[in-house]
Amino acid sequence: MTARRAGRASYEGVAVAVPVTVPYVRYSTHGAHWFVGKAMEALVERSGIAKDAIDGLTVSSFSLAPDTAVGVTQHLGLSPRWLDHIPTGGASGVMALRRAARAVQAGDADVVACVAADANHVESFRQMLGGFSSFARDASYPYGSGGPNSVFAFITAHYMRTFGATREDFGRIAVAQRANALKNPNALFKVPLTLEQYMSARPISDPIHLFDCVMPCAGAEAFLVMSEERARDEGLAHVVVRGAIERHNAYADDPVLVRGGWRVDRDELFAQAGIGPEAIDFVQTYDDYPVVVALQFEDLGFCEKGDGTAFIRAKTLTNDGDFPNNTSGGQLSAGQAGCAGGFLGMTEAIRQLTGEAGERAVKDATLGLVSGFGMVTYDRCLCTGAVILGASS
Amino acid sequence: MTMPLMKPRKKNPVLRTRQMNLPPWARGRTALGMTAAAAEGRFELQVCQRCQAVQYPPRDACHRCLSSQLRWTAQSGAGELLSETVLHHSNDPFYRERLPWRLGLIRLDVGPTVIAHLHGDVASPSTSTVRVHVGARLDRAGAAVLIGFPPEETEHMADDTMLREMTSDPKFRKILVTDGKTEVGQALVKALVKAGAEIVWVGHAEPWKKLPGLDDIAALTQVTLVPLDLTDGRSVSELAGEIGGKVDIVVNNAEVHRAFGIASRRGTDAAKAEMDINYFGLLRLAQELGPALKARSADGTTHAAAWVNVLSVYALSNYPPHGTFSASKAAAYSLAQCLRAEMRPSGIRVINVFPGPIDDEWNQNLPPPKIAPAALASAIVKALKDGIEDVYPGDVAQEWVERWRENPKVLERELAGGG
Repeated sequence: MTARRAGRASYEGVAVAVPVTVPYVRYSTHGAHWFVGKAMEALVERSGIAKDAIDGLTVSSFSLAPDTAVGVTQHLGLSPRWLDHIPTGGASGVMALRRAARAVQAGDADVVACVAADANHVESFRQMLGGFSSFARDASYPYGSGGPNSVFAFITAHYMRTFGATREDFGRIAVAQRANALKNPNALFKVPLTLEQYMSARPISDPIHLFDCVMPCAGAEAFLVMSEERARDEGLAHVVVRGAIERHNAYADDPVLVRGGWRVDRDELFAQAGIGPEAIDFVQTYDDYPVVVALQFEDLGFCEKGDGTAFIRAKTLTNDGDFPNNTSGGQLSAGQAGCAGGFLGMTEAIRQLTGEAGERAVKDATLGLVSGFGMVTYDRCLCTGAVILGASS
Repeated sequence: MTMPLMKPRKKNPVLRTRQMNLPPWARGRTALGMTAAAAEGRFELQVCQRCQAVQYPPRDACHRCLSSQLRWTAQSGAGELLSETVLHHSNDPFYRERLPWRLGLIRLDVGPTVIAHLHGDVASPSTSTVRVHVGARLDRAGAAVLIGFPPEETEHMADDTMLREMTSDPKFRKILVTDGKTEVGQALVKALVKAGAEIVWVGHAEPWKKLPGLDDIAALTQVTLVPLDLTDGRSVSELAGEIGGKVDIVVNNAEVHRAFGIASRRGTDAAKAEMDINYFGLLRLAQELGPALKARSADGTTHAAAWVNVLSVYALSNYPPHGTFSASKAAAYSLAQCLRAEMRPSGIRVINVFPGPIDDEWNQNLPPPKIAPAALASAIVKALKDGIEDVYPGDVAQEWVERWRENPKVLERELAGGG
């Protein structure tokens, strides 16, 4: 599989602004529409842009049923001239940004609100699992896995055996992210995590243990996409899009996931941005399970295939380290609010590059990479994507 | 290696009898093709008729060439274990009650990677390749699942706790055979005892009639003769009152078989007698014993497991020389489908057996091949052990079902012309 290089237009002139987080809660009696509403309200209030001036909308959610983005417009009294429904989980942030950016460049919309929101009732996670995809219904859920745990247990065990990785290696990721989360007031986990605690946690699906798993919760993340010119006119702090890629169902013939679709397109990503991986100041990887973080380090070109764990051992992944990863704590420590988990890295990257990250700021950061990974329909995640965001000059 | 199953201790009568939580049973219409094959003991996957790609999970188009010409085709199941996990947590009540639970990720030699339950005798993946044999079985919900078996049979393979959930193995179970006076009944009793049944209650309708073979059966230590007349509601009810709380498997082999069509006999007496046992007998038995089995379907390692109906391949299409018998078996088959649907929520398997002519008195005039009573009995025990739901034992039954599937109208015309 090779990437198509020629002819892709740049994302020049597109601004991303107003990162919004509707605080996460473990369980909420509110439905997804409530969280979408809170996110839209915050976007309007924080941007100063009137609700009616928001003429584009993307919605990402697993729990809106029977509605889609269409129902949201009437629910919230919006009348956009451009609309997209992007319920692609961990890839939804990258995918929403790419689509919104093109809409703005083409003039199909001036200001696009990208919103991801999910509810979490006591029963909703279990109910979602069995109906997540037709393949899950037919071929994975009946085996008792209760979601992606056992799929990623297979992938993790295979990775460990093939490349000599250990649980301690993955523990380093979780422990560093917890340290980052302690500086994020919105993170659900508020106490430090030691490597000993990580190692002695109860097994969930060998070799996956408790702290390898995210905690499902309710919440929302959102941001606005518009032209740089508009962002300047509105006086909004913003970042620019230096490059963006996505790929679906890559390497389908690999019998087990050892490489993700980023690998197909990464050269083009960095070529668009005109930089190499070494220029990146921080990364927001998708962290549904720590092994996936290692895969992204490899497949995005920060190290060679199989060297992910050596890389992890050599680097310090905290905000003040030499390779800051998931500076908000990531989903492993902030929580996974459904599709909002696919936006978490995006809102955090915008904050880091616009000086809104407070005490968790990565010093002098001007380039951040946000990676997405979504939709375990059967034995692996199908959607991969990544964007490079840059501070506005 | 799997440890042999030990005879379970006597149940503590103070404790509540656990109720069944089925494993997830929902499947899409296309995926039910795998269940249809597994119901007869076969492992089939979709094979593209244009490009020969083998695919899984089931799809509506070929993932390689987009053709919709996909045919369910038997597979050898040979493959390699890529990875394994042991579940210590599940959101599903069935599995929560049965943790830890072992799963494997298996690359089939024909291409696809499958998630499967993993038998305890399969080695863990290591530096050397671990070969496995994948088979499809019906789980407690009656839906097909894939299982990774060791490539060679192991000694106590059937006693694996996961596999025992998929099967209705007679070992240590208490079984009712509704008629011990026929050759089939006696062969069944012997086969079930040989398979390790703890108790076999054997029904006999008219105790004063001494029939050959009954004494031999009664002499077996596991066997208890019980009065049972399926034409008599009270008789069925009394037996249910006595053994209903204990029986794990019901094998209903009682039947009346007279060789007539319509014109060759006046009146309806013989036909009524056939219906009274073959159809109403099943109905009476199911009403009395069905609820008892359902209530005990999660009751320990020897929980209530299965209900076997000995039907006839004539239930599929009428065999005119035995026309009224065929009609009664067709009625029984239809009722057995209803029974299966009603038993499914409790995880009790209803096994329907469709033999061709049995080599007994009532088929004396038919030429061979005819299925020997012992062969029929061993096919039924195999179905219990392998978790099979529809059994067409013997060459005649196999040929009939093949012709019936190919074209039921052509078969009807052939049978009208004398077979």
